[in-house]
Amino acid sequence: MKLFSALTLIAAEEGGFHPPSIYEFYPEIVAFDGTIFAINRIMMIRLIVMVALIVVFWLWTRKFKQAVKSGNVVPGRFQLLGEMALDFVRKSIAHEQLGEKDGERFLPLLTTIFFMVFGMNITGIIPFANIAGTSVIGIPLVLAAAAYVTFIYAGMKKHGLKFFKNALFPAGVPKAFYALVTPIELLSTFILRPVTLALRLLMNMIAGHLLLVLCFSATQFFFFEADGLFKLFGAGTFLFGFAFTLFEILVAVLQAYVFTLLTTVYIQLALADEH
Amino acid sequence: MISRILAAEAAEGAAVPNPLIPAWYDITWSSVVFVILLTFFWFKVLPGFKKMLDERAKAIEGRLADAEAAQKAAEERTMAVEAEQEKLRTESSAIREEARAEGAAILSEMKSQAAIDAERLTQIAKSALEAERDSAVRALRQEIGGLAIELASKIVGAKLEDDAVANKVVDDFIAELEGKRA
Repeated sequence: MKLFSALTLIAAEEGGFHPPSIYEFYPEIVAFDGTIFAINRIMMIRLIVMVALIVVFWLWTRKFKQAVKSGNVVPGRFQLLGEMALDFVRKSIAHEQLGEKDGERFLPLLTTIFFMVFGMNITGIIPFANIAGTSVIGIPLVLAAAAYVTFIYAGMKKHGLKFFKNALFPAGVPKAFYALVTPIELLSTFILRPVTLALRLLMNMIAGHLLLVLCFSATQFFFFEADGLFKLFGAGTFLFGFAFTLFEILVAVLQAYVFTLLTTVYIQLALADEH
Repeated sequence: MISRILAAEAAEGAAVPNPLIPAWYDITWSSVVFVILLTFFWFKVLPGFKKMLDERAKAIEGRLADAEAAQKAAEERTMAVEAEQEKLRTESSAIREEARAEGAAILSEMKSQAAIDAERLTQIAKSALEAERDSAVRALRQEIGGLAIELASKIVGAKLEDDAVANKVVDDFIAELEGKRA
């Protein structure tokens, strides 16, 4: 709370047009400065999101348990929502791509990735948070690393070292072409996959936040600082800001889906017999 | 856009943070959040969810089985009722058949009884006739004694010269008898 008031104070004092900057993503450190446990506003948002996710899913889990205990097979509205959310990852992503058996194996990771990314993304449009937990590279990087480790683990577990041979020296390619194909495969499979996973999410969130800041700080400027007819521009920028807020909801869901789906696809490719 | 923002900021401040290079605390908190959430989903949420789905599938299957059993029981009951009806039908027809046979038997028995009775009556009549005839014969015999004595006295009274006379006496006697009887 101290932080919020500090930020609003700064905004009020500065006046004039306040353009978005990269410093948006490096707010003031409020605790444990200089240690690896330093906490700033975004880290706090992450922890709050984590607690919120745990509370919501704990409530759902409790409902499931009650349903089991009472033998009730007709879920209520709240329970149904939880089932739909969990089943979306389970059925539409995991089972669809990996089949039922492997889908269940990797479901914990996929479920975590989906709801963590979504939860962290959605804070970008939640009032008073107003910045996505995924808009600093930590979470995209950690999740991409988890996906990377997991798909290599999946491949190694199933094919042993042949997994690397299959990935780097695809069958059915003339030997001479390996000089060309192998470096490309190495780059695309083992380097670009995690990098694109992390950067796609990070850049979407950074861009979304900058767009929203631009729209709303322009609105602020036009309404309260500009003269005469320029005030009318404020209505336009406000409408844009509103539209982009809706768009950010879509992006939050979409990026969670894309991140989870790509992780699943990478695992599926690692498990596949032929490359 | 990012590069422009970066450039703008670089002009002002010295060390501009690069959003692609993570700070250590960023990695720390990201990992902490990830590990906690992964553990939570792995060991708490998903097992509960799967258990609930399994229980539900089982419950629904159980209810289906119950319904199937009920259906089966109803079918069995219907079959039993039908079998019972069939049994009753055959039983009643058997009874009818038996009654008919019994009726026929009674009829034939009565017929034979009647025949026996008729035979008996005929017998009785016959024996009565015979007795009558016997008594008639007996009476005749007794009469014959008297008659023979009468005849003999007549013969003795007449001349016994030739057979013709004797014969004529006998003939006359018989004619007399016949005349008497007539």
